[in-house]
Amino acid sequence: MNEDPKKVLLMNEEQKKVLLDPLFDNNPIALQVLGICSALAVTTKLETALVMALAVTVVVALSNLSVSLLRNYIPPSIRIIVQLTIIASLVIVTDQVLKAFVFETSKKLSVFVGLIITNCIVMGRAEAFAMQNGPKESFIDGIGNGLGYGLVLIVVGFFRELLGSGSLFGYQVFSLANEGGWYQPNGLFVLSPAAFFLIAMIIWALRTWKPEQVTED
Amino acid sequence: MEDLMSLAVKAIFVENMALAFFLGMCSFLAVSKKVETAIGLGAAVVFVVGLCTPLSNLVYNYVLKEGALTWLSEDFATVDLSFLNFLCFIGLIAATVQVVEMAIDKFAPALYSALGVFLPLIAVNCAILGSALFMVERDYTLVESTVFGVGSGLGFMLAIIALAAIREKMRYSNVPQGLRGLGITFIITGLMALGFMSFAGIQL
Repeated sequence: MNEDPKKVLLMNEEQKKVLLDPLFDNNPIALQVLGICSALAVTTKLETALVMALAVTVVVALSNLSVSLLRNYIPPSIRIIVQLTIIASLVIVTDQVLKAFVFETSKKLSVFVGLIITNCIVMGRAEAFAMQNGPKESFIDGIGNGLGYGLVLIVVGFFRELLGSGSLFGYQVFSLANEGGWYQPNGLFVLSPAAFFLIAMIIWALRTWKPEQVTED
Repeated sequence: MEDLMSLAVKAIFVENMALAFFLGMCSFLAVSKKVETAIGLGAAVVFVVGLCTPLSNLVYNYVLKEGALTWLSEDFATVDLSFLNFLCFIGLIAATVQVVEMAIDKFAPALYSALGVFLPLIAVNCAILGSALFMVERDYTLVESTVFGVGSGLGFMLAIIALAAIREKMRYSNVPQGLRGLGITFIITGLMALGFMSFAGIQL
């Protein structure tokens, strides 16, 4: 009971590694190829990208926590369906919260909130990490992976909104040519192929920086 | 009939699940190294999505939608269970995949061994849940959702086979070090998506 409160709050080295690893060294999108499905379609605007990143982080962290708490009670033969049920319930809660507080954005996200269920990050982390580790580590791992995922989402969303419509969070940053300004918006960035090119660029940059991530095909 | 034709063309080409909506991307990128396995996964997806979309349509219209339970009793006219649709659809898909797996194992063992691990993996393929959710959002009828389901499955199959064929040829190219593997695959997919955009606006 006399534990130094600072010591409790500060994470030890291992926990810090679990949190920070997914950001660059083991990024879920760039290296593990997980969860690209529901991600890219929501990155045309920075705002939707941010909401999506937050939603995924919350779901991964909480599903990791609950799977880890239950890991000793789940029979191995039906673990997939148990994990899916936990994840689906969390996603329903997230969806209802989004509908209640940010209705406009949740309309724009349309089916993609529901698709968090089949987002491989959530399942992948539950299966690969939470089934073997304690609740605290699993929670931190979930937050780390959610952040790594959100980082890529936000970078892609930033460039697509800035170059595609000359704005950020809906505020005009560049004055557009058709309104007498200097910036001719690049329509390609609003369309889906741009997201692929941007992710490819991120992967290229990341692998040039950390050559050990290069995979031979 | 014409409506259905144009819906099918729309689902296969114009609104291709993989290339326009990025659905099923995980398996799309992971299982597209060889044409043979790509065909196996594609066939399994067509099968499951063609079965699951109309089934989800029935579940939605007769159980979940507001007032859908009136066939049980007039008292249920105001019951709205639509917030449960994620849970029901994912359960339905997982159950369908399980049944399909057992049926194929029993009646077509050769096909079963060809599909291998892809069948269970399909339960978490976003293209399947995605088309069920699109079906709800766009209010398709039973016939329309069957056509839409099969169409989006075929679109996914087409895209993954094309990507696998390109990646088989890529082995002979000199790709910059950092782009090898995943990076160049994203660029190819982007170029394919650009190509598929030329289908936009096609109406039968």
